[in-house]
Amino acid sequence: MNPRILAATTGRILRQLRHDRRTVALLLVVPSALLVLVHSMYVDQPAPPGQPSTFDRVALVMLGFFPFVVMFLVTSIAMLRERTTGTLERLLTTPLGKLDLLFGYGIAFGLAAVLQAVVASVVAYGFLGLDTAGHSGLVVMIASLNALLAVALGLFCSAFARTEFQAVQFMPVVVVPQLLLCGLFVPRGEMAGWLQAVSDVLPLSYAVEALQEVGAHAEPSGTMWRDVAVVAGAAALALVLAAATLRRRSG
Amino acid sequence: MDEAIAVRDLVVERGGRRVLHGIRADVPRGSVTGLLGPSGSGKTTLLRAVVGVQVVGAGSVTVLGRPAGSPELRRRVGYLTQAPSVYADLTVRENARYFAALHGRGRAEADRAVAEVGLAPAAGQLAATLSGGQRSRASLACALVGEPELLVLDEPTVGQDPVLRADLWARFHAMAAAGTTLLVSSHVMDEAARCDRLLLIREGRLIADDTPDAVRAAAGTHDLDEAFLRLIRAGAGGQEAS
Repeated sequence: MNPRILAATTGRILRQLRHDRRTVALLLVVPSALLVLVHSMYVDQPAPPGQPSTFDRVALVMLGFFPFVVMFLVTSIAMLRERTTGTLERLLTTPLGKLDLLFGYGIAFGLAAVLQAVVASVVAYGFLGLDTAGHSGLVVMIASLNALLAVALGLFCSAFARTEFQAVQFMPVVVVPQLLLCGLFVPRGEMAGWLQAVSDVLPLSYAVEALQEVGAHAEPSGTMWRDVAVVAGAAALALVLAAATLRRRSG
Repeated sequence: MDEAIAVRDLVVERGGRRVLHGIRADVPRGSVTGLLGPSGSGKTTLLRAVVGVQVVGAGSVTVLGRPAGSPELRRRVGYLTQAPSVYADLTVRENARYFAALHGRGRAEADRAVAEVGLAPAAGQLAATLSGGQRSRASLACALVGEPELLVLDEPTVGQDPVLRADLWARFHAMAAAGTTLLVSSHVMDEAARCDRLLLIREGRLIADDTPDAVRAAAGTHDLDEAFLRLIRAGAGGQEAS
């Protein structure tokens, strides 16, 4: 890796994003709009005694989930474009290292995700009355980490798509099972054993558990830090796999 | 003779089909060498082997004294792909500056490369809004910007008007005079006449490696167009007879 090339690549990706104002607007507004929708759905639901309100429970998971799904889609399409327009082949004939490119995407989209998480958190805490025992900064941190995981998975999955149509189809394959099994719909402890085993190997389960820990405890818990480490490790693993899909020579 | 590129018995297979059958060729330093041949004859595959992005079946390609694709060569070789490969959602200037930064060059070099391909008036325009010819020149600017020792250009003048083509070829020769080696594929014969040397390939085999004058003499005609037709037909006849 070369700091100058990494900085140039990160700047280039951010510049591309800046020229696409509609995408930036969608990135920043859509999660907040959906939180408002979730709030309207649950506002009149009575909370079970001694439990967080349904809105608090759902909104907390949503704050982690939005950056995950959005960044997965944005990254897999962006990387697919690099592959199909020939810019990737060209980049690989220059002094740019594979990690310069992958980390460039990670940093650029990671920054976008932080901004997105901050906007969504301000709306959730400030306007919709979201209440968590732990600090909202931890929620933003876990949401941003989730976005990095999604970027890494998107970089990896783009290698298996030939067209944008295929890339979009990876979203339900990679994202939806993780959402279904993360413990939002059925608590993980109440799932059948084999479903629990599947849930145990899906990184989003740990991100959701970390968020729930922030919701329940005033101070960061050991479980939360362990979960954060698992998500970070999964992101690193996906990045290594993505690097393995970047071949300088092809047939 | 000091070669910039030495290709030895190069065999390449793509999709189960043999595309290059034992190519042997040399490209001298500080010259403009034209790579010509009918569509589908293997020109792009040979260029990809030279820049080291092609999986090679057998043989060797040595570039500036190193095996093609060596990490050290990535700073010394510039490659223009046949399809323009620039970022459509960046301006011409931003594209040039990014590729300049990859090669450790600054904004001044980027702006100069944009001016050299005649795109200074469109420098602030998004690549997506350029015409086809403009876009391929933007792509060319991104290959020139690193001021490499060897430039591998896959059909750099497609879609350009005659005035621009003449300008670009004058620029190629000025660069060669300053010591840069250029390997340029084309299928336009008036461009072949402008090259110092010609490589003519047909169906993955080299059928001529000479100066334009020598190619004309070998074919027994003053017209390069006619010379190529004769060489290609002679090659086809020879193959059928063998």
